Amino acid sequence: MKIYTDSGAVDTRSGFGVGLAELGRSNPDVIALCADLVGSLKMQEFIDENPNRFIQVGIAEANMMGIAAGLTIGGKIPYTGTFANFSTGRVYDQIRQSIAYSGKNVKICASHAGVTLGEDGATHQILEDIGLMKMLPGMTVINPCDFNQTKAATIAIAEYEGPVYLRFGRPKVANFTTDELGFKIGKGIVLNPGDDVTIAATGHLVWEALLAAEQLESEGIAAEVINIHTIKPLDEALILESVLKTGAIVTAEEHNYIGGLGESISGVLSKNHPTPQEYVATQDTFGESGTPIQLMEKYGLNKNAIISASKRVLARK
Amino acid sequence: MPDYKSLNDLVSQVRRDILRMVHKVNSGHPGGSLGCTEFIVSLYYEVMELGTNFDMNGKDEDLFFLSNGHISPVLYSVLARKGYFPIEELKTFRHINSRLQGHPTTHEGLPGVRIASGSLGQGLSVAIGAALSKKLNKDKNTVFALLGDGELQEGQNWEAIMFASGKKVDNLIATIDLNGKQIDGKTDDVMPMGNIATKFKAFGWEVIELKEGNNLEAVIKTLQLAKKKIGNGRPIVIIMQTEMGNGVDYMMHTHAWHGKAPNDELLAKALDQNPETLGDY
Repeated sequence: MKIYTDSGAVDTRSGFGVGLAELGRSNPDVIALCADLVGSLKMQEFIDENPNRFIQVGIAEANMMGIAAGLTIGGKIPYTGTFANFSTGRVYDQIRQSIAYSGKNVKICASHAGVTLGEDGATHQILEDIGLMKMLPGMTVINPCDFNQTKAATIAIAEYEGPVYLRFGRPKVANFTTDELGFKIGKGIVLNPGDDVTIAATGHLVWEALLAAEQLESEGIAAEVINIHTIKPLDEALILESVLKTGAIVTAEEHNYIGGLGESISGVLSKNHPTPQEYVATQDTFGESGTPIQLMEKYGLNKNAIISASKRVLARK
Repeated sequence: MPDYKSLNDLVSQVRRDILRMVHKVNSGHPGGSLGCTEFIVSLYYEVMELGTNFDMNGKDEDLFFLSNGHISPVLYSVLARKGYFPIEELKTFRHINSRLQGHPTTHEGLPGVRIASGSLGQGLSVAIGAALSKKLNKDKNTVFALLGDGELQEGQNWEAIMFASGKKVDNLIATIDLNGKQIDGKTDDVMPMGNIATKFKAFGWEVIELKEGNNLEAVIKTLQLAKKKIGNGRPIVIIMQTEMGNGVDYMMHTHAWHGKAPNDELLAKALDQNPETLGDY
């Protein structure tokens, strides 16, 4: 009995927009900031309903991060919105000093992460942001997998005190998680149980992992698919429990293999239970222009790549 | 009418604190600290409305943000003398396991500090955020920020300067410490910035020029004048001319003491010029 059902393709950024609008109604301390990308971040509903709690900063991301840090002084909960590239690499030192080191309750909300941003090309397709953010002490890093989970995460982080990096994307992808599955920061979700191989996936790769597991099952391979939405703090117990059973793991993410989820998991495994691991991730490269589907195929970030990686890792058991 | 005798005594004692702190650990930034002593003393003792207990949110009190965090010695001394933490703690400046880090931080929980600074160019944005937070909270108090002049070479400041006037952040008073010096020499030689007052005017700020930034009376009067101008739709900046190393003859008229501590002999000479008034820590 599957615990997930595809209810149609929707973009994760719309999950952010809907979650933010809900917060606008339920939490008077939430303030939204944007650096000239309101439409891309789906922030208009919040703005229409709470014009006084929206700050348009213009194309000035460094200033936006500093203003967000300052807003927390007085008890506000600022949500900054721009593309992932401009939310991280462009403003790393501002986040490091004014937000992370200062322990400020800022929610850095980043859309258009990864190659699935598509045609704009590599200048905008950051594949290093998870690494940049997870290295900051005290930073929570979340990469939800679909519309529902992005909405749930957007709402959940308001209740958590501390800096958060929330990463989502542009393309329409299957919307398959349900309210019943729940969303708790730092708790992974087993979406498909299996004994032969673990597939730990985050973001857009979770749906691809489920498709891969379905095909593997038809070939007699039982894959356990774990949705790791929170890369930091990582649900180490759930991962270890799974690999103790399967003895092999594939990690899947729309990110460079250096600095990503796979790297975090390999660290946990090497300390606790060394296990053969294969990485579905970009291989230390920049992206390029193309459609999301073309790019996921070319950079090895889809169902087929996960199936191949699963077979490779099974051969190493 | 301020009690100038007491304030001058305090200024002398703060200078001693600064000099002894940097000497003890043989590092730190005495030049800019000494140049801004009158300013920080004036803010905390005559100008700002402060709460009785330190609270991070700082509701219903004035707030101060130090963007040029390297002049931490003067801030630490004034905060300690004002009662934010024990004066004795000044001896831990820049030592291991101290709340008095080389550059100010909230990380060790030092009362009086609301943001980390040191990496330059970030403080004005933070002050703007705090000022906006006050407006959202219908809190009528004022936010102050101090920036170095060399620090204006950081681009983020100009994003913030544009924002503050464009979005009418009029409960904010920024001060530029115009000492004309930075680590590598005169600001005019390192990176000529032209007329800073003119630049702020062009960006739509209310500009107040203060030529005597080391004259206690002039500093207090200027800050009080600035405070009268808040709420008029424009952010306010005080362009404050100071002398780096003020109060210690050999530290003045040079950039050499920006980030260098005096040796034993030079410390004694400097302390001779600044008598002990309130008791050394």
